[in-house]
Amino acid sequence: MNLAALEKLDRRWLFLIVGLLVLGPLLKPLGLPLGTSKPVKMFHDAVAGIPDGAIVLMSCDYDPGAKPEVVPMTRTAFRQLMEKRCRVVITCLWPGGSSLVDQTIESVANEMRAEGHDLVYGRDYVDLGYKAGYEAVMVLMGKGIANAFPQDQRANSTASLPLMRNVRDYSSFAMLVNISSGYPGTKEWVQQVNSRFHLPMVSGCTAVSAPEYYPYLQSGQLKGLLGGMAGAAEYEKLRGEKGAATKGMDAQSLAHAFIALCIIAGNVLQWRKRGARS
Amino acid sequence: MKRELPLLMTAVIGIFMILSFFVPHHLVGVPADYLQQCAVIVVAFGYVLGGANALRVNLEGIARRQPDWPYKLVLVVSLIATVVIGLADGRRWQEPGTASMFLYDRLYSPMQGTMFSLLAFFIASAAFRAFRIRTVEAGLLAAAALIVMLGRVPVGDALTSWLPESIRMSAFQEWIMNIPQNAAKRAILMGAAMGVMATGLRVILGIERSYLGGGD
Amino acid sequence: MNISHDLGVWIAALMTLFILSFLYKDNPLYKLAEHLFVGISAGYYIVLNFWTVVMPNLVDPLVRSFTGRDPVTHAVVQQVGGPFQGTIGDYRGWLLIPALLGALLFTRMISKIEWVSRWSLAMIIGVYAGLKTTGFAQGDLVAQAQGSLRPLWTGELWSSVNAIVFTIGLVTSLLYFFYSREHKGALGVAARTGIVFLMVSFGAGYGYTVMSRLSLLIGRFQFLIEDWLGIR
Repeated sequence: MNLAALEKLDRRWLFLIVGLLVLGPLLKPLGLPLGTSKPVKMFHDAVAGIPDGAIVLMSCDYDPGAKPEVVPMTRTAFRQLMEKRCRVVITCLWPGGSSLVDQTIESVANEMRAEGHDLVYGRDYVDLGYKAGYEAVMVLMGKGIANAFPQDQRANSTASLPLMRNVRDYSSFAMLVNISSGYPGTKEWVQQVNSRFHLPMVSGCTAVSAPEYYPYLQSGQLKGLLGGMAGAAEYEKLRGEKGAATKGMDAQSLAHAFIALCIIAGNVLQWRKRGARS
Repeated sequence: MKRELPLLMTAVIGIFMILSFFVPHHLVGVPADYLQQCAVIVVAFGYVLGGANALRVNLEGIARRQPDWPYKLVLVVSLIATVVIGLADGRRWQEPGTASMFLYDRLYSPMQGTMFSLLAFFIASAAFRAFRIRTVEAGLLAAAALIVMLGRVPVGDALTSWLPESIRMSAFQEWIMNIPQNAAKRAILMGAAMGVMATGLRVILGIERSYLGGGD
Repeated sequence: MNISHDLGVWIAALMTLFILSFLYKDNPLYKLAEHLFVGISAGYYIVLNFWTVVMPNLVDPLVRSFTGRDPVTHAVVQQVGGPFQGTIGDYRGWLLIPALLGALLFTRMISKIEWVSRWSLAMIIGVYAGLKTTGFAQGDLVAQAQGSLRPLWTGELWSSVNAIVFTIGLVTSLLYFFYSREHKGALGVAARTGIVFLMVSFGAGYGYTVMSRLSLLIGRFQFLIEDWLGIR
């Protein structure tokens, strides 16, 4: 294949190669070993350090667009909290996400019930659902969670739920576990809740957002950080689970290697072309 | 009334919200809480307005027989159908088994996921056709990108497994994220914070009026 | 292979394939899926905000305060004071004001009276300008500056080198954004050093963005393979 042909390569060939490199390992896993990074260990240890039975706020601020990255994190974090007999209050600030969040939480709860755990909605966990308003909701919850959420995701009155009788405002929670994919998300929770109400928090986020949150991790505003599917996979490994994120890492590896090759190849072609011209 | 009243409202409400951060007294706290509740409700109306506007624009397009008007008809019909089904399902419209949840699970959710997944293909194409290293700075960017891309996934360590663990790709990647990347991101964060504070104060003081739009 | 017999899964799979067909070229199937998605999204957002905000946060409290009955069960509600005797979290009749402001937003659709919507916008802008100013100040400026004040000598050589490199990176990157003076002399050297750190951070951001985009594709393929075709 000569340089000119490569330069004019129809991008649909690249699409096909990416598609095959992602599909292949999903059909036939390679079993590449997965490590664990420090931010993920910090997330896991921070959640493990919550006193058993404490009430935790879990804000799942995402929609189906980020599902492969954040749903595995939600599942693993919720399971870890439930195994510690923590009571969890779930909220969602993204309009397209509340149903997905509810389905994810209920799916984990059902799996755990099948394993023999006694989990009751309303007593052990509550999904307050979606509320519009971005930062205004976060600060509104500071004066009373039920003020912002008079009813839950399932149209039950919040006041009627046994768990919510023990929840007044942020002081009722031991920690905020935030799983987010953009705005509003981790940044806003750090600015409005962690800074104002001093609620300790950990974050799971999409890989696009993760680099932006490293300063919060270093300053102690975040006690732990999961970044993208890799972070979710490492968290699953620490928890001894083999979820969707772990299954996707082989495909992720091959695709990354291909993208790296594309960057190098594209530039080598460019330099050779410039060299040939001069 | 048309410009002065909104500017006054913004100023008073903005100053009140800033005050509420510092003053815990109920004379400040209760009105601030009320304003936040108002904002939640008005933002929700804003979403409804957005949907209504989409309906209006596309109905106009259909009436004028703009190009692709049959697709606009699909949009309008699906919008109206979703609203009617959602309202008919009642307060428990998000319970499993409702028609609204069928639309969400089988249409909205997979289509949104697939729309975003198209980006994976375009990023590969752009990496080959558009990512050009022409300066030293661009070279630094590319080097950091390559190290982070490979170091963050198992293939990086697989390629450098012959090296001691402390200098494998993942360790190098972690150093980049924790030290140089972190330093620069913090600088951007702090600079942006100063910018947002300045803009916020400009808006509250009425110096920045672009949100009022044009006209009288 | 254990292909799904669920109609819903087939619909989801077909829509997925319709959208992926755009990669070959723009075509009627993609356009159909795209417009269907936009219509359903817009409709879903309307219904969602109606049932999760307008009803529970506005209509129900107003019905309770003016009729004295619960809007769902129609049971009598014990209320101390009248409809305008609100307390924190229970604003009763005062919620007529956000109801009016919300309704006034719709005047944006009528060009002759669209200026009225400025009142609603002014309220929103005032609230969020205030919240963001204090949020960014405390969360992004003060706390980050506080987090940067760490000892340069930590007792260990490697972590001390890291602390020094970090501080140099932070200061020089901040100085790069200082445009009140020309980047010459010492400031020029500092700014050029800052560019090095900024480029490294943009490269790291690009790497993470690639990971994020590919993850989304992996998720869709997992659905097609596992849920639709039942292969794994």
